[in-house]
Amino acid sequence: MTTETRPRVLTGKHFMNGDTACAEGAVAAGCDFFAGYPITPSTEVAERLAVRLPEVGGKFIVMEDELGSMAAVLGGAWAGARAMTATSGPGFTLMMENIGLGVMTETPCVVVDVQRGSPSTGLPTLVGQSDIMQAKWGSHGDYQIVAYCPATCQEMFDLTVKAFNTADRYRSPVFVLSDEIVGHMTEGVVIPETDEIEITPVRRPTEPPRDDYPVYRPGPDLVPPMPRAGDGYRMHVTGLTHDERGYPAMDPDTHDELVQRLSRKILEHADEIIEYEEVLVDDAEVVVVAYGSVSRSAREAVQQARARGIKAGLLRPITIWPFMSERIKELDPRVKGFVVPELNLGQVAGEVSRHTSKTVRGVNLAGGELLAPGAIIEAIEEVAG
Amino acid sequence: MQRGVRLAGFGGQGIILSGYVLGKAAAIYDGKEAVFSQSYGPEARGGACAAQVVISDGPVNYHLFEEADCLALLSQEAYELYGGAVKPDATVMVDSDLVTLNGKDDGFLTAPFTSVAEEMGNRIVANIVMLGFFTAATGLVGAEAMKESIRTSVRERFMELNLQAFDRGIERSEQLGRK
Repeated sequence: MTTETRPRVLTGKHFMNGDTACAEGAVAAGCDFFAGYPITPSTEVAERLAVRLPEVGGKFIVMEDELGSMAAVLGGAWAGARAMTATSGPGFTLMMENIGLGVMTETPCVVVDVQRGSPSTGLPTLVGQSDIMQAKWGSHGDYQIVAYCPATCQEMFDLTVKAFNTADRYRSPVFVLSDEIVGHMTEGVVIPETDEIEITPVRRPTEPPRDDYPVYRPGPDLVPPMPRAGDGYRMHVTGLTHDERGYPAMDPDTHDELVQRLSRKILEHADEIIEYEEVLVDDAEVVVVAYGSVSRSAREAVQQARARGIKAGLLRPITIWPFMSERIKELDPRVKGFVVPELNLGQVAGEVSRHTSKTVRGVNLAGGELLAPGAIIEAIEEVAG
Repeated sequence: MQRGVRLAGFGGQGIILSGYVLGKAAAIYDGKEAVFSQSYGPEARGGACAAQVVISDGPVNYHLFEEADCLALLSQEAYELYGGAVKPDATVMVDSDLVTLNGKDDGFLTAPFTSVAEEMGNRIVANIVMLGFFTAATGLVGAEAMKESIRTSVRERFMELNLQAFDRGIERSEQLGRK
């Protein structure tokens, strides 16, 4: 192990595994606090940050479990840190309660979930994509969450940077929803110059501290500026329904207003948040919707289908939540149908179905290995008719 | 053109490092695209172990393969398991110190990677002897790119030994003649 102290941004081209690229994305984004409980296949994220955060003046702590980890991440964010954790399905489950607390207290943080075969402890070392709906609805209550699905090691870097900015922009936990294949594969990763990495920190209050400061009064964008603990603002941070000063207010009007705003602050900015990639979709009769590692197989399948004369295209959600419902609706009249390959029993296929009347053909494997292009090509041919 | 490389042996031989060095040489120092992946499981030292590297002129989408274009086998178990999983025109090389061929291996290249490394004083570099041999036998990645990858991947105090091991591997391949 090297003993030199490296800079925050390791500008240059690297041959790096996905988990490591995620960790470097975090450091480059200014992450200065990680609390976690290492779990396969996300362990390399923690392993890298255990070395890198101390190098750049950050803190890395291993907690007693994932409940404590998530609580520490929220505390870190209130202390002013860019805070994160990394886990996999079983740990993601344990974090759900405090993720809900993060949503309710509008605490920006990044949670990386490198998915493996599930339910329960499932397949620790093998791939899965079955936490998609858990990411959306895993904690109790109504809220909207932002989740990104990287498909390459480069995106593990890029989307981790973006996740920090989105978390700060909307004051919310944001997920990087990766999977074992992308987390454990190694490929070229270009880390840009420091000044080419966009960092948009959380907005802080501009008014001087006072005792009755309304810590939860939103700006026109529905997002309140966030003071840090210790800045001098007298504030209350609670998971109970609260008024603009943060104090519990147990009445239906306050509750409705708060919960509506928590969703609206995300949904009303959906155009800014939702990103997807399209390959040959313009004239496509069959659109393959695929994300994460499976999108790599799907890209290959689309190319091979085109070579056979089938008008296939790839629509790859980069932001999986909120879902690109409008794009599905736009494509609906133009296509024969959709093919949705995924390493679960149809979680995103169901979401696509909600926005189209056309055929939605799932290609499903519960997990354990990557879907090969062949199975996707068969489904494309079937839908093409 | 996308080529699949499989390196297989047992845990502790440096198979994973070899795959990393090869992929890095292609992706960082030889202007190609490469994806490196490894059999990921609870293998301990001595258990079966394999690294896969896909090397391509363009972006790599699906990076998994069954039949390899290039294969290096450093244990009897790896030979039994992967010896048949090759394309018809594949380049296959085996460590003759550790593998006994069963007679149906037309064109398999053999060299004593382990004893070459032992002659150099440290059997731990057998994997790099293999990489030198591999580089000369396949021509898949340039020797200079490989050396740069070794320089940036191994510890400073072992660098000279590794670079020498790499050269010894090249020499061994050249002695056999290019396939």
